[in-house]
Amino acid sequence: MFPTPIQNYSLKVNIGYRLLLLLTLAIWLLPLVAVMLTSMRTFDDVLAGNYWTFPEETATIANYTAVFEGGKMGRFFLNSIIITLPTVIGTLFLSSLAGYSLAMHRFKLNLLVFAMFIAGNFVPFQILMIPVRNISIEMGVYNTHIGLIIFHIAFQTGFCTFFLRNFIKELPFELIEAARADGATEWTIYRKIILPLIVPALAALGVLEFTFIWNDYFWALVLTQGDTVKPITVGLDVLRGQWTTSWNLVSAGSVVAALPPVIMFFILQRQFIQGLTFGAVKG
Amino acid sequence: MTFWERNQLRLAPFLFLAPAILIFLIYVIYPIIDSIWVSFHEWNGMDKEGMRGNGNPNWSWVGLDHYITLFTDDDEFYVSLFNNIRWLIFSLLAIPIGLILALFVNQQILGMRYIKSLFYFPFVINAVVIGVIFTWFYNPKYGALAYVLGFFGLDPVPFLADENLATYGIIIASFFPGIAYTMILYITGLTGVSREMIEAGRIDGASGFTMLWNVVLPQLKPATLIAVVVTIVGSLRSFDLIAVMTAGGPWGSSEVLAYKMYQESLFNYRMGYGAAIATILFLIMDIYIAWFLYRLFKNERSEK
Repeated sequence: MFPTPIQNYSLKVNIGYRLLLLLTLAIWLLPLVAVMLTSMRTFDDVLAGNYWTFPEETATIANYTAVFEGGKMGRFFLNSIIITLPTVIGTLFLSSLAGYSLAMHRFKLNLLVFAMFIAGNFVPFQILMIPVRNISIEMGVYNTHIGLIIFHIAFQTGFCTFFLRNFIKELPFELIEAARADGATEWTIYRKIILPLIVPALAALGVLEFTFIWNDYFWALVLTQGDTVKPITVGLDVLRGQWTTSWNLVSAGSVVAALPPVIMFFILQRQFIQGLTFGAVKG
Repeated sequence: MTFWERNQLRLAPFLFLAPAILIFLIYVIYPIIDSIWVSFHEWNGMDKEGMRGNGNPNWSWVGLDHYITLFTDDDEFYVSLFNNIRWLIFSLLAIPIGLILALFVNQQILGMRYIKSLFYFPFVINAVVIGVIFTWFYNPKYGALAYVLGFFGLDPVPFLADENLATYGIIIASFFPGIAYTMILYITGLTGVSREMIEAGRIDGASGFTMLWNVVLPQLKPATLIAVVVTIVGSLRSFDLIAVMTAGGPWGSSEVLAYKMYQESLFNYRMGYGAAIATILFLIMDIYIAWFLYRLFKNERSEK
């Protein structure tokens, strides 16, 4: 173990360590705690300039209901879900097919195609912005959910194919050879052998992609207009401009916008970290 | 045997790849080429055959003019470029800080699992929320920073309203998710560090910093590599926090190339000029892409 286990030290050091740990954590979480507290303040409290004290009079959920009723937050929240879920499913489907092909089949250009998917990942969004916007307008999908979904699937497929190809490559090739010898078609192999074996990888990628897409701000800005399609990130930014000094409402909106990925993270932390740190440990 | 049965082993890989490749070509590869093409033109984004109010065409060839203007006659471009360099250099600080925190919490005590989760989760919070939080943090009247400075008898520093400080203020905000991320990488990396080598190091009298530098860090190299790649790419992509916190201000002082490109294209209707900025950003990124691919394929070869 490195550093040396704290249990090897004296009681004093142990107590000191734990106190320091809690203090660090408190400082680390202070900004988030402040937002949570502000989201439960009354407007009078906010006007009085109280941001960092404990709310004298709590509004508990009043700000949250206000955000949903007057602030279109419900619409934005729904838009985020409508955009995120199909994107995640579509991306995983396309990239698992492509990943299987690249990992288990030998053909010319295999590495070139693989390199293309990887390189596409690092491309700055701005080099895609003008053409993607024009393509969307021409295809009539500008300012629609489907327009955002297709673009996200296309872009995320690069990263996911990279990830899944490497994961599938680690599977025993003999399994597939045996199935082929038994006369299984490639589709059957994909459905009955590959898919069940890559469930852990799909779960890891799924939570990661959910977070990426939910948190997207740039593409929502570029490919939407008005309120009907905007996801919650851009929606929150718009509402922030309208609410100006009603920080209690902005806070409540922020909590709502941040919550789904946070909940998902706490429930599926193991999968999340596996996805995120793929390749971080020497394998 | 039908044609399909005979040839499916050879055809299947292409059919499996087809949808992914097709959609990727349309939405990633083609746009790159098209953007570069647009950068050689003057274009207001309207119908390419049409005319502007002043009688000039909407779309016309200008060759390298945009690039020449950027480098010789656009101070904002240099401001953005230098801000990108600041982002690149200072974002990297998240890596050692993440390592220190990872070492700090790498202990087995009761409840540590939950404490770690609480350190990690800012990573999944979106940039708009992070931006909102830190805009308040810096607020010279009510912000936490003003409170802390006031506690020490200092005047509040209006970070985001100061031309010289705004970019640093935003970079610090980016540390919140950034440090969480490098921490996750390093804690995972630390679980893979060989116990035998640590023990051997202890026998050789290594401890503390010598142990970290000579025994532990070399084994954390894969984690460090990912942290560096992701941090650099992230710093060149920085856009969200800037848009939310300062909108490039005050007076364009916190703009970066990505933000300037967006502004020129969608607010000033100078698509060609915006495309030229995007192309420069793309060329900078290509250095990293080339390096990453080179490394990857070197490893791929050595595995065979």
